[in-house]
Amino acid sequence: MRDLDVSEITKNVKEMCIEANIFMEEDMKEAIYKAYDTESSEVGRSVLAQLKENMKIAENERIPVCQDTGMAVVFLDVGQDVHFTGGDITEAVNEGIRQGYTEGYLRKSIVSDPFQRENSGDNTPAVIHFNIVPGDRVIITLAPKGFGSENTSRIFMLKPSDGIEGVKKAVIDTVTEAGPNACPPFVVGVGIGGDFEKCAIMAKKALTRHAGIKGSLGSLEKELLDRINESGIGPAGLGGSVTALAVKIETFPTHIAGLPVAVCMCCHANRHKQRSL
Amino acid sequence: MQGSDTKKLNLPLDKPEAESLRAGDRVLLTGEIYAARDAAHQRMYGIISECEAAGEDPRSGLPFPLEGAAVYYMGPSPAPPGKVIGSAGPTTSGRMDKYTPGLLDMGLKVMIGKGKRNTSVNDAIVRNGCVYLAAVGGAGALLSKCIKRSEVIAYDDLGAEAVRRLYVEDFPAIVVTDSTGKCLYA
Repeated sequence: MRDLDVSEITKNVKEMCIEANIFMEEDMKEAIYKAYDTESSEVGRSVLAQLKENMKIAENERIPVCQDTGMAVVFLDVGQDVHFTGGDITEAVNEGIRQGYTEGYLRKSIVSDPFQRENSGDNTPAVIHFNIVPGDRVIITLAPKGFGSENTSRIFMLKPSDGIEGVKKAVIDTVTEAGPNACPPFVVGVGIGGDFEKCAIMAKKALTRHAGIKGSLGSLEKELLDRINESGIGPAGLGGSVTALAVKIETFPTHIAGLPVAVCMCCHANRHKQRSL
Repeated sequence: MQGSDTKKLNLPLDKPEAESLRAGDRVLLTGEIYAARDAAHQRMYGIISECEAAGEDPRSGLPFPLEGAAVYYMGPSPAPPGKVIGSAGPTTSGRMDKYTPGLLDMGLKVMIGKGKRNTSVNDAIVRNGCVYLAAVGGAGALLSKCIKRSEVIAYDDLGAEAVRRLYVEDFPAIVVTDSTGKCLYA
């Protein structure tokens, strides 16, 4: 067993909140730069020029790339040989969120009750997905998720007979409906299989996969990306050839009666950071 | 979003100016705009509904005069020390659709946000000779540089959703829906 004080989790989560909101990941930066070079419409290029400039200003002035600094989603892959000491691990994560969002001048966007809608004041709680894995490390993946895009995400409980064509239709329909609302060019996370909640978690987790890591369904990812970019929605939905920067698919075994598909829409920032402790 | 055809506009817009704009026009705005989003709209809508039910004029109860005003659907991140405002890009306008036709009928002239509006809003835009503009979603750091002054004028308890009076200079936007009802989005 390896002892790990939960204050280490707090410290890292705090730093990751600030980093994720101010400094975009290198693969996302590269995707925006490449989109600018390939975009065919003039208005689309002008939008992408703004996004390039926006990333620079955020870094130089240490302010968030987007005012919606999101609901904090935390994937915690915990090695089974880790023993947490010093307190409650869930509270330790939330304390990191609290400190990061307060000290980093990030927006507090969480209401404590979906009906009363009073702001919690410190962006807690985070949505935390614990996963027990072999080993004695803890991998923290933090992905602040804005709701302009989140509101346009969808789940489809397809029938097995809908097959791969049904899956493609679900993805294209979701992207088309999202249009300008979800801040294109998008990154589209897709979870296929599992059950109702498993496909949704896969779709969200897929967004955090680095561009350099290929999924097992690379050809389907490419086909969907091409079809999405043929839609003409374009940057900011103002028309153009770059509507999505990437499609990322994850799959899982499913039931003989079903074909669940979740499509998690994400804006061009697709903020995420990962650390291994 | 500047192009060769970018128009510089001073706010407030009068009716002929608003009606001269066409979907697709790129503009740079200078002047006063009011930041308000979901919760502030809900409160304003509540005030208007209550006053109408009581047969009273709601104008005095609203946080800013609607006549000729420009509203920006935006809730900023907090201003770090020494800065006017934090990141300050547009939020999705469609969530304000329920509250918007009434505000346009009362004189609201310009809306700035991002994304699609419903038919009721489009009809009210045409009926009142208004204009709906989009700023680039996710360009909050860049847009914050165009905001020269910011003060909370109402609903401070709403935090990021409080109503703010902003002074902007050369704030880049594009006309999405013009006063003839033409919409830029497919």
